[in-house]
Amino acid sequence: MGQYLILIYEDEAGYDNATPELMNEVMEAHGRFAEQVAELGAKLEGGKALQPVQTATTIRSDVVTDGPFVETKEALGGYYLIEAKDLDQALEVAKLCPARFGGVEVRPIMTFE
Amino acid sequence: MASARGRGITAGAYSGGDVARAVADAHRSDWAFVLAATVRVTADIDLAEECVQDAYVAAMDAWQRTGVPARPGAWLTTTARRRAIDALRRENTLRRKLPLLVVREGDDMSDDDRDAIPDDRLRLVFTCCHPALAREAQVALTLRLVCGLSTAEIAAAFLVTEATMAARVTRAKRKIAGARIAYRVPEARELPDRLDAVLTVIHLVFTTGHAAPSGARMVRADLVDRALWLTRMLRGLMPDEPEVRGLLALLVLTDARRETRSGEDGRLLLLEEQDRGRWDRDAIAEGKDLVLGALRGGRPGRFALQAAIAAVHADAPSYAETSWAEIRGLYDALLRVWPSPVVALNRSVAVAMTDGPAAALAEMDALEAGGALRGYRYLPAARADMLRRLGEYRSAEIAYGQALELCENDAERAFLAGRIAEMRAAGNDPAG
Repeated sequence: MGQYLILIYEDEAGYDNATPELMNEVMEAHGRFAEQVAELGAKLEGGKALQPVQTATTIRSDVVTDGPFVETKEALGGYYLIEAKDLDQALEVAKLCPARFGGVEVRPIMTFE
Repeated sequence: MASARGRGITAGAYSGGDVARAVADAHRSDWAFVLAATVRVTADIDLAEECVQDAYVAAMDAWQRTGVPARPGAWLTTTARRRAIDALRRENTLRRKLPLLVVREGDDMSDDDRDAIPDDRLRLVFTCCHPALAREAQVALTLRLVCGLSTAEIAAAFLVTEATMAARVTRAKRKIAGARIAYRVPEARELPDRLDAVLTVIHLVFTTGHAAPSGARMVRADLVDRALWLTRMLRGLMPDEPEVRGLLALLVLTDARRETRSGEDGRLLLLEEQDRGRWDRDAIAEGKDLVLGALRGGRPGRFALQAAIAAVHADAPSYAETSWAEIRGLYDALLRVWPSPVVALNRSVAVAMTDGPAAALAEMDALEAGGALRGYRYLPAARADMLRRLGEYRSAEIAYGQALELCENDAERAFLAGRIAEMRAAGNDPAG
């Protein structure tokens, strides 16, 4: 068993003119995702949506700047923390994670002996 | 045994030469089995490799005294596993450099009965070729862990420094352990994709070796043998998988042309130019047999179809007398399961033979417009060939020039330059 972070990257432009229908769909998809995780035998241990990348602030060597750490076309928009048997199960889960305007990164959590 | 006595070895010793040969043979044929069986004990690839390496070294010495055992693989496996168990007993956490492999609960990690050692080679192969690893890492790891090639040998084969290759292998092992890639054979529903990745890796090993210029270092030619060995091993472990049969057919049929693949200047010869009298007919027979097996029973996969195309070529007495309609049909089927632009380009070459160069050119122009083959020198080269056949010498010259710009291989560049000169001459000749 190991923990993995699923990082959701999406092009925010996709949500710029989002209709209420679209937002509903996205909310429902994330709700379904939580059920699907359990069905796959993995555990959902946390997850949040992030406010848009314009609200980000970066600090590097004590210098505070407006904006994300790295400017990318697809910005970090949310995350899920899961527990899975192994990478294959983590990937199976991650494939179901809604990310219609981008994709996800799967990163194993570091354990310290 | 006089020479053995002369070296101070006890009476009843066996010839050093025979032992060395036996160890080398066992290295070639049993490495994967021994390593896979040892990984089962250690769950730590590095430690397993050390123990297996030690076992082979121990064999050099022990077999001189006792003779080569009837089953060298079993001897090596037992020795390596015993060392592994000893190492684990002595081990403290400081020694471990990488976290452990995931081996599922219920897997027996104890010292199995010598005669009941399970064959874990499939687990090893599928782990090395996991999609979470970059393709070049999959290739390096497969050659290293399944074939037992040294880092230096793999580096030489892929024309990188040993340090680069060592870093690549270490990074791959870290990824396997850190991301917890499980040491197992994929489940049935994952198998088609996972198997395709394994076959792609083996095919890449083969083409790297097969495309090596003649006179290249021996280790590159060795890659062809390793790829064939890997495929035959896989066939033994998965006898019912048609795509494995398909890959073996493809490799055997392609290797049948080994003697004619390059000309004296080192340039890769076109199928058109190869002396078919020097093709290996026994290999072709084996390949054709395998193709039939691979195509049997339903929807053939991309390796079976590529092999079928190679079989049609192998059957033809000459390029002109090839069943081009059949080849085109096979490419149609191949594109359906493998919609790759390179396949589309190869298909258009067949179209040139069935429907003429103008039809083929139209398809190649469409591919060029699509942009997927940007930087792929065989597209302008193929277009140039069509234009040449249509008598459009000026346009052909331009297209050959585009191919030349993308080409780094000296012998191929010389060929293209030659074509360009031909086109200039033909363009200037009022008789056409």
